[in-house]
Amino acid sequence: MASKLTTSNRSGWGFALPGFSLIVLFIVLPFFFAFGFSLTNQRLISPNPTEYVGFENYRNLLGFGLVTLEPERSDDGAVVRDDDGEIAYPRLRTITRSDEYPQYRGMREWFRWQDGENAKVVIASDVVFLRALTNTFLFVIIVAPVQGGLALGLALLINQRLKGINVFRAIYFMPVVVSIVVVSLLWRFLYDVSDGMFNSMLGFFSFGLIGPIDWLGNPDTALPAIMVMSIWQAVGFHMVIWLAGLQTISPTLYEAAAIEGASKWQTFRYVTWPGLRHTAVLILIVITMQAFALFSQVDVMTSGGPLDSTQTLVFQAVERGYGKQDISGGSTISVILFLIVLTISLIQRFLTRER
Amino acid sequence: MKQTKIYTGALLASVLMTGTALAQTELSMWYHGAGSDVEIALVTQVIDDFNASQDDWEVVLESFPQESYNDSISAAALSGDLPDIVDVDGPIMPNWAWAGYLQPLPIDESEFDDFLPGTKGIWDGKLYSIGLWDAALALYTRQSTLDDLGLRTPTLDDPWDKDEFMAALDAAKASGDYEYAVDMGLAWTGEWYPYAIGPFLQSFGGDIVDRSTYLTAEGVLNGDEAIAFGEWWQSLFTEGYAPGTSQDPADRDSGFISGKYAFSWNGNWAAVAAIEGGVDDIVFLPAPDFGNGPTIGAASWQFGVSASSEHPEGAAEFIKFAAQDKYLAAFSDGIGLIPATPTAAAMTERYQEGGALNVFFGLSEAQALVRPVTPGYVVAAKVFEKALADISNGADVADTLDAAVDEIDADIERNNGYGF
Repeated sequence: MASKLTTSNRSGWGFALPGFSLIVLFIVLPFFFAFGFSLTNQRLISPNPTEYVGFENYRNLLGFGLVTLEPERSDDGAVVRDDDGEIAYPRLRTITRSDEYPQYRGMREWFRWQDGENAKVVIASDVVFLRALTNTFLFVIIVAPVQGGLALGLALLINQRLKGINVFRAIYFMPVVVSIVVVSLLWRFLYDVSDGMFNSMLGFFSFGLIGPIDWLGNPDTALPAIMVMSIWQAVGFHMVIWLAGLQTISPTLYEAAAIEGASKWQTFRYVTWPGLRHTAVLILIVITMQAFALFSQVDVMTSGGPLDSTQTLVFQAVERGYGKQDISGGSTISVILFLIVLTISLIQRFLTRER
Repeated sequence: MKQTKIYTGALLASVLMTGTALAQTELSMWYHGAGSDVEIALVTQVIDDFNASQDDWEVVLESFPQESYNDSISAAALSGDLPDIVDVDGPIMPNWAWAGYLQPLPIDESEFDDFLPGTKGIWDGKLYSIGLWDAALALYTRQSTLDDLGLRTPTLDDPWDKDEFMAALDAAKASGDYEYAVDMGLAWTGEWYPYAIGPFLQSFGGDIVDRSTYLTAEGVLNGDEAIAFGEWWQSLFTEGYAPGTSQDPADRDSGFISGKYAFSWNGNWAAVAAIEGGVDDIVFLPAPDFGNGPTIGAASWQFGVSASSEHPEGAAEFIKFAAQDKYLAAFSDGIGLIPATPTAAAMTERYQEGGALNVFFGLSEAQALVRPVTPGYVVAAKVFEKALADISNGADVADTLDAAVDEIDADIERNNGYGF
């Protein structure tokens, strides 16, 4: 099938072939391998031959169940309460490790809620993966709008014709150029509980009222700390993209708005923002995809801790595939991540389509 | 004509150069010590002496940082690029031997008869690796601390038991002179956790995996003894005896020396730094006995020959050369670790009779227990490390240990029992 694309562009294909074949070899092929490996018990290296196991890896990752715990009752039927007044429930391990419920073997508690006097517990066979899933989603939901919005704000600022504006453009863009690993190491020092700069400044400005906060050691602050750092590092990149979009808006529109007597906010809302539609779609999709790939910061700063509060999908995939030598487990996580990102991208494309 | 002369000259020169290079076969060697100047200087010295002492082999060294060394070896094994001589951490050796990275050492075992048992890497009845040193653990403290707090000095024959140990920590905490009573070194993530904290679990009566079958961890890692260990371990952090997982690595290195910590659970490789850092009255106390006998870790880095090496006999020559007493003594003097033979120990400054660290020799003999000897150790170590970190951060002890057992069991099953 010799179409115009292939025949009249022969030299073009020739030039593209080296890069194209490398991409196929290192990105496209492993992509298909991942699907294949997730259906086997492939190890990193092992004298045992690889066997086909079907969807067992997926069942192990995504399996969950719902258990109802009834409160412990004393001999006369009254509910036993512990010292804090909380209802005492039997330990979950009496159910998950008993022979009566073999289907719950190996499962752990994910979360629970009260239903009257009973406690409903959702148990899952891979709680760490599910925590990684929720943390990654949380990260994306918070970082995508905040980073995009911050980048837009910075782009509006540096879109002015001031002397020396290029210095500011360079300064805002510089964190992007620095390797994320280096940034993570530096910010780990900043976040240090006893000698870190943030705690020192906090103590200084609050006159010692606010004590040192263990940013990376406290499960509640670890993920927000990583979010702040990630936003700081990547905002310059999206700022430049917004800037390009801003500069495509025709200045005659701005003149027209000025003649009409529009305020700054009205100018932004009716002239700038509609002109940025395409850029906004691009930025949203790019930030979402990059945010799902959160790995280096976690690997350098917290290793998934404390108490799984900074686990992410890619970190778990690498930890399992490489660290625990279980390639099939890592591939399964990669496939699930791919499906999630694909679904979200399709949804975003649908919502932002041209009507 | 002039051009032809230049070309022939260059051709002859290059042929001659390759000719001389062919006389000495190159052996590549990877070592895990990048960043540790003393270690690299010592290894380079051994290599230079070996290269100069004979004409058949030339060893070329490549250094890696310790944290990424194991990953580099895995990557090299997958791409078929392993060096001839590899450096392998003792407990990891069964995994590499089972996976086919290593071949048994083509050296007669009787050559290493007087080596400490922890230095010999034996798997499936064959010797795969030999170490030039062994590492031991001790509770560092100052004699003045013991005197100030009014504590008995424990000995090898009569170590502290759990109550005495906790009483010592209580005294240190109550005195108010120290930021923390004891430093367990949680800043050193990685192999430190199973190496140094595993012995406490074993002293309570639990273990990382059941050594009678090596097929499960049920009952040993989540039995009553292990849960007792987990609750004791958690109490160290909830009651403020020890810094937790967010300890600054700099504090780990210098905290005991500067007086922040009353006691420090550390290996003998840090002893040199402590003594030279100004702690004049340092004492190395034996591990406490938590009920099942006091235990410390054993087995450190060892040399082995990769399976894909084309010159195993050359690699073996180098390893035999490096295992001479004078090099064992040199390593010990340089990095402070226990030399592998008693004759080498007599040659060193610190491990000879009456030397500052001579006590570690006795500790290693009396209390050392190797980590579980199984290819599944790679996964078990990571799972155990995460369980310990989670327990330190306040997770439920029984549930965390149950989850660790489940993960280790699942991994063993997935690998068809690792050959057991």
